Amino acid sequence: MPDWFSPDEWRAIALSLRVSAWATAVSLPLGVLVAFVLARRQFWGKQVLNGLVHLPLILPPVVTGYLLLLAFGRKGLVGQYLDMIGVVLAFQWTGAVLAAAVMAFPLMVRAIRLSVEAVDARVEQAAGTLGASPPWVFATVTLPLILPGIIVGSVLAFAKAMGEFGATITFVANIPGQTQTLPSAIYAFLQVPDGDGQAFRLVMVSIFVAMAALALSEWAAKAVARRISGA
Amino acid sequence: MTMQVSLQHRFAGFALDVAFDVPAGVTALFGPSGSGKSSVIKALAGLMRPDRGRISLGGQVLLDTDQRICLPPHRRRIGCVFQDDRLFPHLTVRQNLLYGRWFSPDKGGVSFEAVVEMLGIAPLLARRPQTLSGGERQRVAIGRALLSNPQILAMDEPLAALDEARKAEIMPYLEHLRDQTQIPILYVSHSVSEITRLAGSVVVLGKGRVLKTGPVAEVFSDPNLTPWLGGVREAGSVITAKVAAQDGDGLTRLDTLAGPLWLPKVDAPIGASLRVRIAAQDVMIALQRPDGISALNILPAKVVALRMGDGPGAMVQLRLGEDLLLARITQRSAVQLGLAVGAPVFAVLKSVAVAPGDIGAPPITP
Repeated sequence: MPDWFSPDEWRAIALSLRVSAWATAVSLPLGVLVAFVLARRQFWGKQVLNGLVHLPLILPPVVTGYLLLLAFGRKGLVGQYLDMIGVVLAFQWTGAVLAAAVMAFPLMVRAIRLSVEAVDARVEQAAGTLGASPPWVFATVTLPLILPGIIVGSVLAFAKAMGEFGATITFVANIPGQTQTLPSAIYAFLQVPDGDGQAFRLVMVSIFVAMAALALSEWAAKAVARRISGA
Repeated sequence: MTMQVSLQHRFAGFALDVAFDVPAGVTALFGPSGSGKSSVIKALAGLMRPDRGRISLGGQVLLDTDQRICLPPHRRRIGCVFQDDRLFPHLTVRQNLLYGRWFSPDKGGVSFEAVVEMLGIAPLLARRPQTLSGGERQRVAIGRALLSNPQILAMDEPLAALDEARKAEIMPYLEHLRDQTQIPILYVSHSVSEITRLAGSVVVLGKGRVLKTGPVAEVFSDPNLTPWLGGVREAGSVITAKVAAQDGDGLTRLDTLAGPLWLPKVDAPIGASLRVRIAAQDVMIALQRPDGISALNILPAKVVALRMGDGPGAMVQLRLGEDLLLARITQRSAVQLGLAVGAPVFAVLKSVAVAPGDIGAPPITP
């Protein structure tokens, strides 16, 4: 199979899959927490949190990338302290993970939040009266009931991360093997003469991954929902 | 084990201020909607924190606002059965039933098999809640609460969401529950017939206050409480009787302390004890023993209390042997008969007036 693609193309595909998988995995716990808090809690600054979460969805991606650079660049607000402990994100594949995670976060939170809102809080209360402490109620009642939302949110986030371009190229540039993800590679191939063929192959890969992700999420969410509803 | 409850809470436009005890057996919390019943249950379960209050259960303090004690729901060990069953949709019936057992500190208590047997839910164990009927779901919810080894069972209108046929289906299971477990039960309801069938004592709530507490027979035959007990049409009393004979013509003879009572066939073995609810409007009063009358049941009684209503009606409380009976007559009749406290009279009751749903087994007195 590898000889279908040139080493450059292959590196871009592998890097994109790795970046997207990490971005999804790292943001999932935070995504569940934020979705839960937004769905259930009333607190001062809730609208601010909601706005922050959704900001990457509406801002031009290049702006998000630039803000990430300001914050997490080696001299950035947070970056300078990370630098002291030896963590560098800018122009590294880990930076691509951060950019993809930030861009995909609103989609993930929206999907999970919807499923949290659909959970009947009275059923959770009943679990409490049966002796389950709040963490146990969450683990044994809430979590299983929001699983379809978690699956859909994760797959959406993964697909979004696979396609992330603007923020990634702004924050971590386009270094082959380091930060050159699938969309960056397509862009790079289109910049050189005779690159169309390579670009087209990667475009096909992108379409395939996106379609497969959607189909998978539909199937998984339906299977889980069927198990929950017992139909 | 006894639970002592005292609660005060101000809601918008409504103040709750109640204090009562829940001894062993079934205690009914009775009152019309808006009387504060659900708030009491919420406060007991720990789902609501009252402004002031104290709840203790067999020496353990669950809530004491003065001492700043307020145990969270999962540490109260109050088994709750709600009006809506609140079963876990993602678990099977068996997993639902065993859920509370997992968190219970002592693994003793009622056995899984006994509860399944008592509630008749063995054929449902592998199914999911969505595939059950309303009555089946409520039985599973009762089993789930029982199996969490609670120190007390709080049932918040468990039958209110069900139709008459489903209520009739569950009632015998509730009677089994009452007779086969040692756990005190607080049974919230606004149905006089449910309470007279199940409860030993009753706490009557009205507008956030306790109006009266006492044994069911005494409270429900109190003519002064009629307006609170669902109005004159719902008014009635409870008497206990023993099945004496099944007559050939389809009637059953019950013996009460005041004399025999004939009712349409009651499906119970001879010698069985029953509680019969008799609606006040089905009872007539005569000064002499009537002769040549179709009514079969004529029992000597004494007037204990008399309450003239706001309209044309009057409530008369009668004593038949040990039992109290309520009769609803017009004020004109009361005056014409010259009824007064202490007057000897005869209570007349049509056999067919008593509905089968108003006959049940009495609680086994400890």
